[in-house]
Amino acid sequence: MSDDAPKKSPARRRFLAQGAAAAAGILAGGGAPGRSRAEAAAPPGIPDWMKEPGADVGSQTYGQPSRFESGLIRNVPKGLKQYTSASSRTPLQDLDGILTPNGLFYERHHGGIPDIDPAQHRLLVHGLVETPLVLTLDDIRRFPSESRIHFLECSGNPGFEAIKAGRTASDLVGLVSCAEWTGVRLATVLREAGLKPDARWVVAEGADAAAMTRSLPIAKCLDDALLVYSQNGERLRPQQGYPLRVLLPGFEGNMSVKWLRRLNVTAEPAFSREETAKYTDLMPDGTARQFTFVMEAKSIITRPSGTQRIAPGFHEITGLAWTGRGKISGVQVSVDSGRTWQDAALQEPVLTRALTRFRLPWTWDGQPTTIASRAIDETGYVQPGFADLTAVRGLNSFYHNNAVVPWRIAASGEVANGYA
Amino acid sequence: MATRRVAALTGAVLLLGIAGAARATERLGIGRPATEAEIAAWNIDIDRDGRKLPPGSGSVAQGRAVFEAHCASCHGSRGEGGIGDRLVGGQGTLATAKPIKTVGSFWPYAPTLFDYIRRAMPLNAPQSLSADEVYAVSAYLLHLNGLVSDETILDAKSLASIRMPNRDGFVPDPRPDVRP
Ligand code: HEC
Repeated sequence: MSDDAPKKSPARRRFLAQGAAAAAGILAGGGAPGRSRAEAAAPPGIPDWMKEPGADVGSQTYGQPSRFESGLIRNVPKGLKQYTSASSRTPLQDLDGILTPNGLFYERHHGGIPDIDPAQHRLLVHGLVETPLVLTLDDIRRFPSESRIHFLECSGNPGFEAIKAGRTASDLVGLVSCAEWTGVRLATVLREAGLKPDARWVVAEGADAAAMTRSLPIAKCLDDALLVYSQNGERLRPQQGYPLRVLLPGFEGNMSVKWLRRLNVTAEPAFSREETAKYTDLMPDGTARQFTFVMEAKSIITRPSGTQRIAPGFHEITGLAWTGRGKISGVQVSVDSGRTWQDAALQEPVLTRALTRFRLPWTWDGQPTTIASRAIDETGYVQPGFADLTAVRGLNSFYHNNAVVPWRIAASGEVANGYA
Repeated sequence: MATRRVAALTGAVLLLGIAGAARATERLGIGRPATEAEIAAWNIDIDRDGRKLPPGSGSVAQGRAVFEAHCASCHGSRGEGGIGDRLVGGQGTLATAKPIKTVGSFWPYAPTLFDYIRRAMPLNAPQSLSADEVYAVSAYLLHLNGLVSDETILDAKSLASIRMPNRDGFVPDPRPDVRP
């Protein structure tokens, strides 16, 4: 039993007391002597959990996954020099559907996770506005609200060299997650303050120990940007910016400033460290691309994927595709080391700037091969291979690597990173 | 003015519809006006030209002491890196196979150094240094990078006037740039 084992009801205690022998059997955790639990549950056995009432209703006031799923956790890198500015990844290969459970959403923080009291938290809107405003969380929840499903992705997912090192789908592209976000349109809040004509950028600042600062282009702020207070129906988790964050759908995750406390409307970007020294893409000629906001189309096969092992026979190939430019229009899968590509089926609904689940039925003949997926988005853009990408950008641009990820399948059925 | 703004909102307006567009120009009366003092206390982002740099000053010598006390444990005694990033050197490496990106080789604007150190460093005690200390440690880092002499005292004007070697090293986003 786990530590937080549900309390037993009085009725159940009485029931247990009635037969010492039966109770001993149950408490010993076995069925008939000499038979394992698993045998008792398979036909013709009757499992223990049918022979006594289960845990009480409400015994977990905030429900947790089954104790048998305790292995489903964030992928936290080991042995980092410090964990104040670091990241942890979503275990994509162990999830189904398109929504990421809040507790498994990827993390990338630069100054740790602040513990913010929402009653004390304020949002200041100032700069090139008619009326600078101070807003409480209660104020922000009074604005007309909106809910939308969008992915969020760190811009270095993975870095260029890291693509060879990752073993699992999570190691490679686990800095992407997807949720239903609820909040107010940023445009609504900016209009409440009243934009002046020369407003071109909005400098957003977090209330964390990094006071994370990014400049958001005004067109995006007035388009689909949200100020978010809820994620998948509940309030944001501290790791995702509780109690208030920006969400810029399809843009690199760092711009969706968490723990938001300030919006400064300006004529120019701030040129903060996070938009000069970092989050700029160094090219082979020594120049660096700046304000590279959009996350381009990407996909990954999550099953079968790295470190898994398959047997010859039927397998459903499944994975995720997404694009910052809108909707995924198709995903192609190759099961013959890139010689031919077939269309995978897309799970409806296919949403704008959201993870899209794809599937392809496949029978493995037991011969070594490489499988891979490539995403195509509604602008006609096709996810490139790593060689095509690095031919243009070199190996040192770090951010915005959206290369195809191939999985090599050995004769043993072992699945491994095709770049390794 | 109002019509111009509405025209710029294309996507949003389509979704909101005509009634929404009209309503969009009306204030809802949510929140309260911010005072000058409130704005001044929070308005810490520094522009690249350094116009918003605060009063104060600090010397390279003072900066060396600040660095040794508050920074060297993570960045190394000469800024060579450790738990924290390497802060010194790398000039001339950006176009090579092993680029070294540091304050000296990569950062385009000196005022950003003040902005970042004030808001985020030291990592374990951000916003703990005075403006004088931030000027001083900025001067020291620029000195370690060979960009100012060891006699230098920096204030708003002199920090803003420093021309960083990689100032013109940044280009706009040309993507989509890769065709399969
Ligand atoms: C406890 C360790 C620690 C201490 C102390 C510390 N830093 Fe840092 N510093 C870091 C880490 C880690 C980063 C990278 C943070 C990130 O990228 O989110 C960093 C980043 C920086 C950067 C940005 C480098 C770049 O090229 O982007 C500068 C500049 C900097 N520190 C200056 C300082 C100064 C000045 C001090 C002393 C006042 C200081 N640091 C104290 C750990 C530390």
